[in-house]
Amino acid sequence: MAVTTAQAGRGLRIVGREAGMLLATFLGLLLITFVIGRVMPVDPVIAVTGPDISDETYARVKAEMGLDAPLPLQFVRYVAAVIQLDFGTSIMTRNTVAQDIARVFPATLELATAGVLIGILIGVPLGILAAVFRGTAIDGTIRFITLIGYSAPVFWKGLMLLLVFYALLGWAEGPGRTSVFQEGVVQPVTGLLLVDAAMAGEWDAFHDALAHLVLPAISLGYGAAAYIGRMTRSFMLDQLGQEYVTTARVKGVPEWRVVLFHVLPNCAVQLVTAIALTYGLLLEGAVLTETVFAWPGLGQYMTRAMFNADMNAVLGGTFVIGVVFVALNLLSDALYRALDPRAR
Amino acid sequence: MSGLALEPGSTTSALRARLRDGWLIFAASPAALVGLVIILLLVLTGLLAPFIAPYDPYAQSLPDQLKPPSATHWFGTDEFGRDILSRIIYGARVTVGIVLLVVIIAAPIGLAIGCAAGYIGGRVDSVLMRLTDIALAFPRLVLALAFVASLGPGLDHAILAIALTGWPPYARLARAEALTLRNSDYIAAVRLLGASPARIVLLHVLPLCLPSLLVRATLDMAGIILIAAGLGFLGLGAQPPTAEWGAMLSAGRDYLLTAWWVATIPGLAIFVVSMGFNLMGDGLRDVLDPRQTA
Amino acid sequence: MTPLVEVTNLRIRFASRRGVTEALRGATFSMGREKLGIVGESGSGKSLTGRALLGLVPAPGEVTADRLAFDGIDLLRATPAIRRGLRGRRIGLIMQDPKYALNPVKAVGGQIAEAASLHGASRATAWRLTLEMLAAVQIRDPERVARAFPHQLSGGMAQRIMIAMMLIAEPDLLIADEPTSALDVTVQREVLALIEGLIRSRGMGLILISHDLRLVARHCDRVVVMYAGRVMETLPAADLQQAQHPYTRGLLNCLPAIARPPGPLPTLARDPAWLGLE
Repeated sequence: MAVTTAQAGRGLRIVGREAGMLLATFLGLLLITFVIGRVMPVDPVIAVTGPDISDETYARVKAEMGLDAPLPLQFVRYVAAVIQLDFGTSIMTRNTVAQDIARVFPATLELATAGVLIGILIGVPLGILAAVFRGTAIDGTIRFITLIGYSAPVFWKGLMLLLVFYALLGWAEGPGRTSVFQEGVVQPVTGLLLVDAAMAGEWDAFHDALAHLVLPAISLGYGAAAYIGRMTRSFMLDQLGQEYVTTARVKGVPEWRVVLFHVLPNCAVQLVTAIALTYGLLLEGAVLTETVFAWPGLGQYMTRAMFNADMNAVLGGTFVIGVVFVALNLLSDALYRALDPRAR
Repeated sequence: MSGLALEPGSTTSALRARLRDGWLIFAASPAALVGLVIILLLVLTGLLAPFIAPYDPYAQSLPDQLKPPSATHWFGTDEFGRDILSRIIYGARVTVGIVLLVVIIAAPIGLAIGCAAGYIGGRVDSVLMRLTDIALAFPRLVLALAFVASLGPGLDHAILAIALTGWPPYARLARAEALTLRNSDYIAAVRLLGASPARIVLLHVLPLCLPSLLVRATLDMAGIILIAAGLGFLGLGAQPPTAEWGAMLSAGRDYLLTAWWVATIPGLAIFVVSMGFNLMGDGLRDVLDPRQTA
Repeated sequence: MTPLVEVTNLRIRFASRRGVTEALRGATFSMGREKLGIVGESGSGKSLTGRALLGLVPAPGEVTADRLAFDGIDLLRATPAIRRGLRGRRIGLIMQDPKYALNPVKAVGGQIAEAASLHGASRATAWRLTLEMLAAVQIRDPERVARAFPHQLSGGMAQRIMIAMMLIAEPDLLIADEPTSALDVTVQREVLALIEGLIRSRGMGLILISHDLRLVARHCDRVVVMYAGRVMETLPAADLQQAQHPYTRGLLNCLPAIARPPGPLPTLARDPAWLGLE
C-alpha cells in the first residue's frame, strides 16, 4: 500500500510522541525507585560499615558509594547503571541483582502466564454467557462467582486451595515448584519448567511440575477469570445493543452465530487490551501468591530481600516488574490500534 | 411517577427529591443493599469495638492456644490463646481507619491535579495528564511494597504508600468534569460576576465531581483493603500485636493444617468487606452513572 | 389472492419497573404487492409495526393481535424456526443509519455474501451474487467496494450496501424504516429512486416508514397515518390532500408550501380523543 509523504510524516510524529511517552514513563519509574531507595531512614553508609567508625572512614565509604555527589548526579549515574542492566549487588545472595532476577523471573512468568490462560479460558466464555442471558439466573450466578473472584484476596484463595485440595483431598501437590525427587532433573533452557520438561521428554518431571503449578495458577487464575469475565460481559452488552446486531438477525443469522461471529469480533479489540492489563495485575498478584506456595520466583526473592533490608534487590525487582507493567500497557495500546480496522 | 413535585420550591427540596429518587434506584438492587449492610456493619463494629468484643484482643492465654471455634470462643483462638473474634472486631477498626485515611489523602491530591489540569487547560493540562498517565502505568502493589520496605514496616507507612500510589483515578475524573464545565455558560456567568478561578474550582467544579468521586472512592476502597491486607500479610503493615486481618492471616499460615480457623477467618473477613465495597460501588454507579453497563 | 401482509388489532406493550407502556394500541392494515407508507411522529409506533412483522420486537415487549400474517402464514403461531426462515429470505429490513447498521469489523462484501449463503448459496455463488447486487445498486467498482469496511464508505454508499444485503436473497417484502433520514438531501432522492426501481423490477412489496409525509406521499401507493400507537387513517397517496381525519389534516397544514401566505406555520392541536378513547 503506497504511503504518501504526509502520511509518513504524520506516522513518524506519532511514533516519536509514543517513544517520548515511553521514555518519560521509564524515567518516571526510575525516579520513583531512586526516591524510594533514598528515603530509607537507615543511613546507607552505616548499613554497610556499622555504627562505630571514624569520621574519615565514613567520608571515605560515602565517597566510594557515590553518595557524596549531588542528588541529580546520583540519579544520572543510577539511570546509566540501569540502562546497562546493573542493579547493584544483592546483600543476600552476593550475586549481582541482575543475575538473581534472570534466575528467578521465569518462574514468576510461568505462574502469571498459567494464570492468564486460566483467566481467558474460563473468563471469556462466562462473560459471553452472562451477557447473552442477561438478567436471568445464569447471569446472576456468573456475576456472583466473579464477584468472589475479585473480592477475595489472592493469598487467602491460595491458602484455602492448599487446605482443601492438598491437605484434605490430596489432589494436588503442596508448596514449592517441584518435589524433592525431581529437583534439578530438568535442565533449565527457557526457565519455564513445563516447557523445559516437555522438550526434554521428562514426563515424570512434567507431571510433577504441573501438579505443583495447579494450585498457585488457580489462585491467580480465579481472579483473572473474574476480571476478564466481567470485562467481557460489559463489552458484549455494549455491542449487543448495536444496530448491526439487528441487521444480522434480520438476515436470518442464527443467534449463536450472531454472538460468536458478529458480536465477539467487535469485542476482540477491547478484550485483548483488558487481557494485557490483567497480565500485569497477575504479575503483582504473583508476589503474594509466591509467598503462600514457596514458589521460587521474583516475588519470593523480593520478599526475602525486604526482610534482609537488601534495597538493591527490592528496587531491582520493583523496576523489572514496573517495566513489564508499562510494556504491557503499551502493548495493549498498540494491539488496540492494530486490531481495530477503524484506527488504521 | 410517584410523588415528584413538578416545581421544587427550593434547592433543598430539589436535593431531597433527587436523594430520594437515588435511594429508590439504589434500594431496588438487592446486591447493593447487601453491600450497604456489610459496610454499615463494618463501621459499627469498628466504632463499638470496645463494647462488643468479648475478650481483650491482646490478652494472651497460653493454655488456650489454638482452640477450635466453640461456645466460649466463637471463632476459636490463635497461637497465643487470643480470642479471634475479638481480634477480628478490633481489626475492623484498623480496616476502616486504613481505608478512610488512604482516600482522605489520595482523593484531594488527585482532585487538585485533575481540576487544575481540566480548568487551566493548555500546557498545564498536557503536562499534568502525561504525569497521571505515567503514574497510572505503574504497578500499585509493588510500588507500595517497595515504599514500605524502604521506609520501614508500619501501619502509617503502609497507609502513606497506598495513598501516594492511588491518586491517578481521581485526577482523571476531576479533569473530565472540569473540562466539561470549563466552557459551560454557567461558569462563564460566575466568572463574569468576578469569581476567581480558585473560587470557581472550589465552589462549582468540585461539587459536580462528587457523584463520580463517590463511586470511584467506594470501588477504590475494595481494592485498598486488598492491598493493605497484602502488605499486612507480608509483615509490612500493622506490626504485632496489633490485630490487623492480613497480619493475622499470615500468622495463621503456620497452623493451616492443624488449626485452619486462624487463617481462614481473617481471610473471610477481608473477602466479605471487599465484596461489600464492590457491591455498594456497583449500586452507586447505577444511581449516579447509569450510562455505564456494569 | 392472499394479501402479502395482514395486521389486525396489533398491540405491543412493554412492562417495566415503572409500569406498563402501551406502544401499539390496536393497529390494523393490510397490503398486497404494493408500496405502503406508514407515517407518524416519534412514538407513534410505526417502527415497532415493522419489527413485529419480523419478530424482532425488543424484550420485554409483548406482542398480541387478532391477526398478524405474512403471505398467509400466521406469524403469532409460527415457531421461532419458521420466523427465522422468513427473515432475509422473504422479508428484509433497512434501517435509518447504515453506518451503525453494518458490522464495523467486517468487509461489506462478506456481509452481503453472508445473506446469500444463509439461504443456500455456495461461497462462489454468493460472491458472484454480491458483485451483481452491488452493480444493481449502482455502485461503481464493485470489487473494490466489496473489500472496504463500513467506516470507509459514505452514508449513501453504505445505505446502498444495506439495500444490496437485504435484496440479495430475493425477499417478497422490504421494510424500509426511515431509510433516508440520516442522509443528505441529494442522496435521499437517489436512494429512494433506487429502492423504488428495484421493488418494481422484482415485483416486491414495500413498507416505507417515515415521519416525512411528503416523502411517503411521493413514493408510495397508499399511506397509513399513525398516532400514539393507533391508525388514524388509511388512504391512497394520491388522495392525501383530501384526507378526512383531523390529525392528517393537521399534519398537512404544518407543511411549509411556497404558495402559502407568509407567517408562522400552524401548530397541530392534539385532540385527546385520538388517543383511542372512542
